[in-house]
Parts: sequence; C-alpha cells; structure tokens
Amino acid sequence: MSKYRLRGRGRVDSSKPVVFTFDGKPYTGLKGDTVASALLAHGVHLMGRSFKYHRPRGAIAAGSEEPNALIGTRRGPGRFEPNTRATVQEIWEGLETTSQNKFPSLKWDVGAVNDAAYMMFSAGFYYKTFMWPRSFWDKVYEPFIRAAAGLGVSPTEEDPDTYASRYSYCDLLIVGAGPAGIAAAREAAGKGLSVILVDENPEMGGTLLSEPQSKINGKAAWNWLEDELAALQAAGVKLMTRTTAIGYYHENLIALVEKLTDHLPTLPEDTPRERMWRVRAKQVVLAQGALEKPMVFHGNDRPGVMLAGSAQTFLNRYGVKVGNTPAVVTSHDSAWYAAFDLQDAGAFVQAIIDTRAQVRQDLQDEARARGIPVKLSHTVTATGGRLRVNNVRVNPVSGGTNVGAGQWIKCDALLMSGGWTPSLHLFSHTKGSLTWDDDLTTFLPKDTPEDCVITGASRGLWGVEAALRDGAARVGEALAKLGIGSSASEYSVEDDRTGSGVMMRELPTDRSPGKAKAFVDFQNDVTAKDLRLAVREGMRSIEHVKRYTTNGMATDQGKMSNINGLNIAADALGKKQPQVGLTTFRPPYTPTTFGAFAGYHRGEHFEVVRKTQIDAWAEEHGAVYEPVGQWRRARYFPKAGETMDQAVTRECAATRASVGIFDASTLGKIEVVGPDAAEFINRMYTNPFLKLAPGKCRYGLLLGDDGFIRDDGVIARVEEDRFHVTTTTGGAARVLNMMEDYLQTEWPDLNVWLTSTTEQWSTVALNGPNAAKLLAPFVEGIELTEEAFPHMSCVNCTVAGYPARLWRVSFTGEIGFEVNVPAPYGRDLWEKLWEAGQQYDITPYGTETMHVLRAEKGYIIVGQDTDGTVTPADAGMDWAVGKKKADFVGMRGLARPDLVAPNRKQLVGLLTEDNSWLEEGAQIVFDPKQPIPMKMVGHVTSSYNQGTTGRPIALALVEGGHSKMGETVYIPMPDRTIAAKITGTVFFDPENSRLKI
Amino acid sequence: MIQIHCPYCGETLPELEFAYAGEAHIERPLSPSEQSDEQWAEFLFLRENVKGPHFERWRHLHGCGRFFNAVRNTITDRFYITYKAGEPRPDLATLLEEDK
Repeated sequence: MSKYRLRGRGRVDSSKPVVFTFDGKPYTGLKGDTVASALLAHGVHLMGRSFKYHRPRGAIAAGSEEPNALIGTRRGPGRFEPNTRATVQEIWEGLETTSQNKFPSLKWDVGAVNDAAYMMFSAGFYYKTFMWPRSFWDKVYEPFIRAAAGLGVSPTEEDPDTYASRYSYCDLLIVGAGPAGIAAAREAAGKGLSVILVDENPEMGGTLLSEPQSKINGKAAWNWLEDELAALQAAGVKLMTRTTAIGYYHENLIALVEKLTDHLPTLPEDTPRERMWRVRAKQVVLAQGALEKPMVFHGNDRPGVMLAGSAQTFLNRYGVKVGNTPAVVTSHDSAWYAAFDLQDAGAFVQAIIDTRAQVRQDLQDEARARGIPVKLSHTVTATGGRLRVNNVRVNPVSGGTNVGAGQWIKCDALLMSGGWTPSLHLFSHTKGSLTWDDDLTTFLPKDTPEDCVITGASRGLWGVEAALRDGAARVGEALAKLGIGSSASEYSVEDDRTGSGVMMRELPTDRSPGKAKAFVDFQNDVTAKDLRLAVREGMRSIEHVKRYTTNGMATDQGKMSNINGLNIAADALGKKQPQVGLTTFRPPYTPTTFGAFAGYHRGEHFEVVRKTQIDAWAEEHGAVYEPVGQWRRARYFPKAGETMDQAVTRECAATRASVGIFDASTLGKIEVVGPDAAEFINRMYTNPFLKLAPGKCRYGLLLGDDGFIRDDGVIARVEEDRFHVTTTTGGAARVLNMMEDYLQTEWPDLNVWLTSTTEQWSTVALNGPNAAKLLAPFVEGIELTEEAFPHMSCVNCTVAGYPARLWRVSFTGEIGFEVNVPAPYGRDLWEKLWEAGQQYDITPYGTETMHVLRAEKGYIIVGQDTDGTVTPADAGMDWAVGKKKADFVGMRGLARPDLVAPNRKQLVGLLTEDNSWLEEGAQIVFDPKQPIPMKMVGHVTSSYNQGTTGRPIALALVEGGHSKMGETVYIPMPDRTIAAKITGTVFFDPENSRLKI
Repeated sequence: MIQIHCPYCGETLPELEFAYAGEAHIERPLSPSEQSDEQWAEFLFLRENVKGPHFERWRHLHGCGRFFNAVRNTITDRFYITYKAGEPRPDLATLLEEDK
C-alpha cells in the first residue's frame, strides 16, 4: 500500500490495483483513481513545469479547473494527447503519462533559468523585450518565442480514433449532478418529461462525493446518492457522466462532449472516443456549483500548496492524504473542515492560519479539541522547499496591514482557501447579466434571455441543504413554463458544512511586493505584481489588463484567476469590482479536442468531392486533378515522363490538329421553363434573347445590378418555353440563387420555373477539325453540316443511341460540339467516342488545355480575367450587351458615372518583348524608372506558354488599355523588369475561319 | 444556433437551413433607366445597418427555397416575426409591444 493511501477510504476500489507509468516510472494506483490522486498516494506532488518560468508545479485542484498538473497521455501510435489534466484523467492498466515543459527532466529543468530572469518576463514583456533591435525579430526573437511558446507538444501522427456527433431534443436539461442538480432532476422525474442530467465527472454526486459525513433526510450521504440516482434511472431520466456542457448557445442549444473511451484499458471496436451532442432543450437548469479561489502570496505555487477543498476531495473521494503534516491558510470557514478531516484521518495538521480576526467559536473549539494550533489574524509571506513545500513563513497582522515578525512552520503540504466563486460560465454564455454581491464579495447571476434557471452554489448558496432545497425550488420555475405543476420536496441535512469568509487580495506581507512571486494565474505565470504593473502602465479596462498580462488566458480560462485578478486590478485602479467588471466567458468550458469539434468531418468526409460520371475514366487514364469549386476536374493527362507543360502543349496541338475530347459535365446547368421563360432570360442577361429561335444557342453575360460581370455561359433555347442555361463551374449555385431572388421578389408575376440540372446531364465536348467527322456517324436526327447545323445551333436528337441535347458551340476556336446526355450514359458515350476517335488520334484534354485554347481566342474566364469590378466594356465585350433592351439586370448600373469614366482598367493582350512567360497576378507599370512605390496600373490575369501560337501569350487588365494598342508596359519582378507590348485579346485565327465545317 | 420560422413551410427550423439575404423592403425600381445616379446609388449601396430590430430577408435555402422577410433584433438575434415576400412591412411598435 502506498504511503499516503488510506485503505478502505473513498470511492476507489482497494481490491483492484492498476499500474500506469509517469515519465517512464511505474506507479500502482486503484481503480477509480485519477493520475493526480494515484501520484499523490505515492507522495508525488511534482507533476509539471510552468509555462513561462518553468517553475516546478503540482496539482493545485482535484477537478477540471486544474491549471498546473498538465500531462501528456499515450495509448500507442497516434493516440497521444498533450495538456491532459492529471486531476481528470482516470488511470487504467498500462496508461503511459509524461510531464511537460521540461528538459532534460522534470526535476532538473534547464528552462528554469527563466525563473531567475523573471524581472525580464514581467507583464507585457512580449511588447517590450522583443522590440529592439528591429533586425533581431526574424532570426532571434521570433524563433525563440516560437520554441518557448505553447504547452506540451503537438501530436505528430494522425489520430486513429473516431469522433461522433449527435443531435438531441429534450424538455429539461440539467447541467451538474451535485445536490442541486440531483434535487432538480428528482422534481422533474416521473412527470412524463424527457430529462437529461449531465456531469463532467465519472461519477455523479458533485460535492457529496467529497463530503460523506452529512446525512440527508436521515440517510448517509452516499447511500442517499445511490438511492437517488437509481430512482432517477428508473424514472427514465437520461444520466450522462464524463459529459461536459462546453457551451450554451442561442435558444437553449447546449453543446455536450461525452468522453467514452479515455478511461478504458482496452478500446472497444465499435465506440467513438468522444461524442459531441447538440441538445436543444426546452428548459435548462444550470447547477455547476462553485470553484475554490487560491490565496495570493509569495511561493503559493510550490508543489504541495493546494486548494483546501481539493485536499478534502483527495482524502474523502480517493482515500489519499495529500500530506502527513499539512498546514492550512484560509480566509473562509470551509478550509477548517478540510483540516479536521485530515487530522481525523491520521495527519498532523501543523497550524490553521486564518487571516480573519474573528472566526466562528465552534470551529475554534473543534480545532482545539483536535490539538490543532490556530493562528488568527495571521498571514503567509513565503514558502520554502525546492520541488515540494517543506515550510511556510507565518506572520501576525495587526490593523489589517501591519505585518509582524515571521516565523517558519514546517509542513509537507499547505492547503489554502480564499473562498468560493460561483461557476457562471454557461450562464454568461447566454448573455446573462451579473450582479455584484458585497456580502459574498463575488458576482452572482441576475437575468438571462434564455429559458434557463440557475441554482445552488452557482448562485452563492453554501451547504448541501441549501443546494438541495434550491434545486428543488428553482426547477419548479422551469417546470411551470412546461405547464407542469410541482411542489418542492423538503430536505433536511445533518452535519452540513456551511460557512462564510472574507475576500482577500494579495495577502499582507513584510517583504517588498515588487519581488514577490505571488501567482494569480498559475498556468500563464501571472503574478499580482504583473497585474499592478499593467495598471501602472496605463491599462484601464479589465479586458486590456487581461491581454497585457495574459491573466485568465490559459487553457483553464481563468477558472482560478479571474476573481483574484479582478480584485487586484480593481484595487490598483481604485475602483469597486462591479465598476471594473469581468472579462467575457467564452466556450468551451474546458479544453475540448479538435476531434470532438470535427466529428465525422475529416479525411474524405471533410468536404464533399463532386465527381462526374466520366471521372473514373480520367482516373484510369492517369489524369492529374485540380479542384474547381467542390468538383475535382481532370487538369491534364500526362503520358509517361511528361511534365505538365509538355502534356498541355501536346494536348493543345492535338486538339487544333485533329480532335480533342473534354469532360464539360461540371458546367452549371439551369433549366428555365415556362410561358415567360424568354422574358425572364432577357431580363437577367445582357444579350437580347426574345428573338432567339428554338434550336439556337447564344452566349449570355450576367451582370449584377451594379453593372459588373458576375457570370457567363451559353444558353440554348431548347423549345419555345424552355431554355437550357449553362453557368461557370464554380458559379452555378450563386447564379441560381440570384435568378430565384429576382424571380421570387422582383418579378413574381413572371410564370417561370427554375431547376438546377447540373448533375442530371453528362456533357462531352469534342473540339477540332475532325470533330464533326468523328461525331456524325453517332448522331441520328440531324446532319452535321454547315447548312443543317451551323455554329451556335442546338437540337434534341439521338447520339450513340442515347437521347441527347446536341449543341454546336466552341470554347477553343475549333469546330466544336457539346453532347449532353442523361448523366448515367456519360461514360458509355465517352468510351464510344474514344474508341471511334482512335482513327483521328483523339486526345483527351483537361482544364489546363481548355484554358490555353480559350485564351488564344481571347475568351474570358469569369473570376480569372474579371474580378467583380469589370464591366462588359472593360472586357471588350460590348457586343454582348443588347442596346435596344428596355431593361436587364445591370443596365442602369452600366450608366453609373464611374463605369463610364475614361481610363478604366480594360482587358488587353500582352506579348513580352523577350518572349518570356509572365506570372499571373503580376503588377503592371507604365514607367519602370519611377521611384518606388510605383504606380500600379493593372495586372496580368491569364498567362500561358503551352499554346499553338509558338510564343507565350497573356491577358491583362490595364488602365486605358484599349486606347494603348502597340504601346509598351512593364512588369517589375524581383530579379528583373519585363517589357511587354499591348495587343488585342485574340491571338489565334481572328477571322474565326476554323469554326466552319 | 438560432431557429427560424419559415412562413411558407410553417415550420421552425435550425438556422443551418437558411441563408441571410440582406435588408428587406428594398424594391428594384420598375424603370431603372429613369433613376438618377443618386437614386440608383442609394438603391444599390445604402443600407440601414440597424442596431436593434432590423427588417431583413432570409432564404429557406435547404428547404422550400423561398425568400421571405423577417424582423430580427441584431443585438439579441431574436426574431419578432417572419412573413412572406410581398406582404406589407409590419408595424414595429406593435411587434415590440406584443413581444413584451
């Protein structure tokens, strides 16, 4: 049996030893232990090093608020997690744990030199120390900060665990299964309601687990607890342990994270590690209890110095004495009970040091009866011991501030209590308002806009009986709103431990306060001195003090430090606490894994990958893909050994020489149907559409009402009242949304239906001089001649035996067809064309070749050659704007003064003088000799060197470009400046002679 | 996550199903060409940016697809009412009174 373990005491199972390791050394604990309780049972207090000063640290608390005892846990490859709180992690056979922030070892850490240099790391040191010289930032300061920053180490392997997410709906959700929460659940149970009771601990009971001495309605506390939980279970209340309510969101949506496997020695195959619940509750009861405040004095962070209530928890719940000769320092009655319990368990309490002059007589009597020395009106001014506290310096105080001579008292643990802070985290997430209570010197909850009540210690009630009665009474308000009457059950509790205390800032000291290392935020190493310094240096808002000092910004989110920090800052500012106010509480309540947030959305499920019916063929033929919106599109089809440039050059040449085949299925498609379909299209697009005959296609340009280009595509009038509209691949959803908006809200009188048909069609494009020859044998119903089926025609016919919408269109400048067949036939059609195309050396090409071929013809790509500030005139596409139309979306916008102003950026071609390739996005200047910063007059939008013109070509937006044909502009690059001549945008076959069959 | 009542579906559903669509009751003039530059600029660009009850549009994007109007408090995210597109602007004072 380990030295500090009390056999048979607590809720751990003495018959079930569990071996785990800490920094490689095996320790034996008991089933039910946390890492912290098991280590403390062996007298191990040193569990970690602090973040900034690398000071030795031990567990200060016993629960999820623990700021110091952060460890790494490991369970084989990929299952490493840093920054786990040793006070929360349950042990299991074989668990590997390691301490953090130390090198080479926990007991001898090189980083502790920071502690000696602590004057340098005072509040705001980030902003001061690293400012000068400027040149040191990149090479010295930033690498140093990055190496030193962060807690623990990030995992390097992929997490093999799964994380689940679920929705749930209930009538009543109760957060916290202490006495108040259980009493609330009891009132609600058996009334036909769906009730959920959650608690972050492995066991329900809250404070009852640490206070077994009380008797509730005549029953021993733990017996009462067992009976109540069984009754709740029987009544159908859903009891969820190891489940933390991490955030309270709008309209009673509460996020719960349920930990399912971290406590198990072997992982079940069918269980996720964690499950994120999104619970929409009609009513919520918050019963989160209260957190104990540390006291602020020099050396309050030494291992062995811990919260008195937590020491009581370790004793009563885990059967572990945190020391054999502890001392207690307090300003609240509750710590006296911790001293009594330890003394009764066989420890020798060295002294109870209370800062107050007056303490309840019954407490003093009980201390005397146990032989515990009591020192009222005393303060603690220092602690001693290297890796563990071994003495404490105690001084008498008179008149509140006169500190007398110090006396060292030996001890192996120092228990402190600065009183209790109601847990208002979730209540504050609701934007609930708080009110300052002068008697309790703490904030209490006031109003909340949500359907929620708060009860028990969370609203400043101390003692089991008060919590039980309040829980039973307050839940009545929630039940009433659900239309259910209730009369609060009566509770009476014997041996209840109520108490009161006073609020202290830093404890009075006889030493220079400037040299005191009196910690407020343990995890971020913020001292009382830092907070006062921040105020002296001009911080007035508590939010600024917080950020300047980093107080409350650690992973414990200020659970221990907020109120002490506020009290000290308020004192330094000379204001009352409510005038200073609290910093904002934000979710999550406790650190939460990324896995829980990600849930199923990882790997292939992170984002939908849309694939066409022809995608698998492309994959089999070695396509290299690129993402376009959510689609993955074949970018090019390299042959063995080919680079992208070589492949694209080959694909371009082959298409212009014979025939290329291209998967155009990703183009957005919208079916516009109805008696007013033509009128609608005519109003949406710049081009005239009323007179477009069925069987004809027309290029359409879509503007916003501001006059700027939004999208484009070919539109086919399939029938009198039916249009097949295509959009850009990335713009389909946006365009449909815009169309619906105008149709529903501006022109509801138009009789038109809009349907997205993007995924209903497979679209195979054939381009090249042999395209018609290849396709013709497959087509029934139309002859592919210039006369019967001229450029920009469409027809419903049969292709390869499939019903098809066949279009004659071209985005390459070659003879072109787009065959639309019902989506599932796409691959078969493609393969038939592929097979028959072998006689023409048919070449599959991807988006890159498509881009090059269209750029050679000066066809724009919306979003690449336009950026939301380009008009049709800017793009040289005035021809697409119907001049005689009464109105279309963007028509009035095009007449805005700025849009008709001279010298707008206009789309032009660029040919470099030295035949070099330009980078897309490169900035353009008129005069390369002007002083820096130069006036930038445009940028390169498209640039290719794989085309068929034998030289690199580029498109660019240039100020007044249309009137500067033949002039030279300059593109300054890091190593040189490139000169280029402004040209038209059509580089290939300007007469369009190749479009003719 | 807030919940929104779709006046077309008649259901109150999670915000995830909806998309915000800007300020409500801004009508596109029937004859834009007759608008002055100032009037057109106002139609295009000028919005209320209210702190408090705001008349705005939403679309039941992942549901019926309809655009509708709502009055939402931009401070608290509370929806006072949702109503169909084309219906008249409800009286704000009455809405706020009913909400008390």
